[in-house]
Amino acid sequence: MAKLVVNQALVGDIDQLISICPFNAMENKNGELVINAACKMCKLCVKKGPQGAVEYVEEEVKTIDKSQWKGIAVYVDHVDGVIHPVTYELIGKARELALKINHPVYAIMMGSGISEQCQELLHYSVDKVFAYDNKQLDRFKIEPYTAVFEDFVQNVKPTAILMGATPVGRQLAPRLAARVGTGLTADCTILDINENTDLVQIRPAFGGNIMAQILTPNHRPQMATVRYKVMDATERNPEKSGEIVSCEIASDKLHSSIEVLDIIAKEKEQFIEASEVLVVAGRGIRKEEDLQLVTELADILGGQIACTRPVMEAGWLEAKRQVGLSGRTVRPKLIITVGVSGSVQFAAGMNNSDQIIAINKDENAPIFKVAHYGLVGDLYEIVPELINKIKLSKAV
Amino acid sequence: MNILVCIKQVPDSNKVEVDPVTGVLKRNGVESKMNPYDLYALETALRIKEQKGGSIHVLTMGPGQSAGIIREAYAMGADKGVLISDRKFGGADVLATSYTISQGIKMSGEFDLILCGKQTTDGDTAQVGPEVAEWLGIPSVSNVSNILEIGDKDITVEMDMTHDLEITKVQFPCLLAVDKDIFMPRLPSYIKKLETKDREITVITLTDLEDQDEKHYGLNGSPTQVERIFPPEVNAHRELWNGNGIELTEQLFQKLKDLKFA
Repeated sequence: MAKLVVNQALVGDIDQLISICPFNAMENKNGELVINAACKMCKLCVKKGPQGAVEYVEEEVKTIDKSQWKGIAVYVDHVDGVIHPVTYELIGKARELALKINHPVYAIMMGSGISEQCQELLHYSVDKVFAYDNKQLDRFKIEPYTAVFEDFVQNVKPTAILMGATPVGRQLAPRLAARVGTGLTADCTILDINENTDLVQIRPAFGGNIMAQILTPNHRPQMATVRYKVMDATERNPEKSGEIVSCEIASDKLHSSIEVLDIIAKEKEQFIEASEVLVVAGRGIRKEEDLQLVTELADILGGQIACTRPVMEAGWLEAKRQVGLSGRTVRPKLIITVGVSGSVQFAAGMNNSDQIIAINKDENAPIFKVAHYGLVGDLYEIVPELINKIKLSKAV
Repeated sequence: MNILVCIKQVPDSNKVEVDPVTGVLKRNGVESKMNPYDLYALETALRIKEQKGGSIHVLTMGPGQSAGIIREAYAMGADKGVLISDRKFGGADVLATSYTISQGIKMSGEFDLILCGKQTTDGDTAQVGPEVAEWLGIPSVSNVSNILEIGDKDITVEMDMTHDLEITKVQFPCLLAVDKDIFMPRLPSYIKKLETKDREITVITLTDLEDQDEKHYGLNGSPTQVERIFPPEVNAHRELWNGNGIELTEQLFQKLKDLKFA
């Protein structure tokens, strides 16, 4: 049991100690320092306050035998047997982590009629594919999918589970984490592993203004979700390797209070996440009609138009075209930002792009800190001329 | 219909920095507000109540000042408010938070429907809702983009799966995490604000809960631990080009050709 104990005699200047707390969790109550419910146990008061004023008291924690948990498992994210590409990115990351601790890589797939998909997974350097092929697992439903995953965890005991932060992964991962009573870190951008098999999970916090490094030191399995296009996909090997393990689960565990009545394909939408080239319109665009310029540049480069939050909020483009933490995370081969100042929230949604080119009038715009090539200039001079040049060169 | 809506108080801004020398988190200003995504959950609840009758509880977990967002919810039309607050809940991660909330819900009544927003703007995980449902042993659906039909025993909703929409019928009791823009949230009403200014807020502390084992709450009940915080890295490679429009365009055109994009 860990707790903070205040030694009033050592506090000294109460108000000074109170000012250390970033969460306003300390109060001066009639000359005594008290900690209130806003406390996040960040322990800054222990580290930065007068020696001994606030003490962190910890009783011995029960430790677990980490050697009982082996393997890095990747959830095969799919809808109707179509595997989401984030799966291959996670398999690549899992292999990299597994090599460091000499563990196997597992894939777990649940669904109906998925034998072909499981065979295909053997081309991606996994040691074992655990396949739960059952009619009742036809569509994603939270209770049966959780039950299957729980069965897998109990039988296989993987040390870590990686899942895509997709509509399915975002529902299934927390449900499983609570079921097996373990920690889960959402939207990790960096994953590493310590020799003792502790997964080092790094994710943006406070809207990307801060990175937090998170461990799950006393629980297994360790669980993390990762957004699509954050990790590098693994290459498909022409040869197969590894094996498929067919798993059964009692059908009474597959009961659900959810009934899928219908599936309606959404209108064929273009997803900015899937585009290799993006041209992003920012606040430097003066009026809605001028978006045409940006669209034209995107078209001529074979890409799509995207935007920043203010442009979306002005109603000029739809929310699904917005890049950033409150929008989509993108990782195209080329991204050109046009009149984008580049808030941290925006940058967090695109700074993994292979080539970043920024056009902005203000030399001090933060976008130039993330851009590989920054053009300090007027977009209204550059973009139309660039379109002409590309058109001319194509005409030749 | 008994509805409970989970809400959270969040900082008004995400503008925080880490002091590079001391490693201390610097938060400028501590204005707070209701998590904007929760407004959609509350609006959904209000519309369901208008159609089906019943009552709406709002529940939050946080320091005493979080009562402010319960007052705001009252001014929008919520009937009862519950604040789960105890120093022992401090330092909770997703698992401990969701467990505490589920315990608080159990002490607050029987509910047919629990509504949550998509995620919070400070934690950004979108995980607490589904974990609460797991602790309560009820089905949950996230990404709910529309409510299609409210029956006596079940509710039919539209779940946005990015590429398609699933029309799903869920039996009560259940938890739904609704998307932004499901319904336009109403503004708080001044009349309601006056009417509810003396309305009680139930405060729940550890000793009010069914499970009072301190090991299950706060930092002690949290499997994940924040080891360190640090400022985000910026890309190392950086070239800044100055010049007139014509020069810059030519330079960019050549670069795009070199990179095989033009």
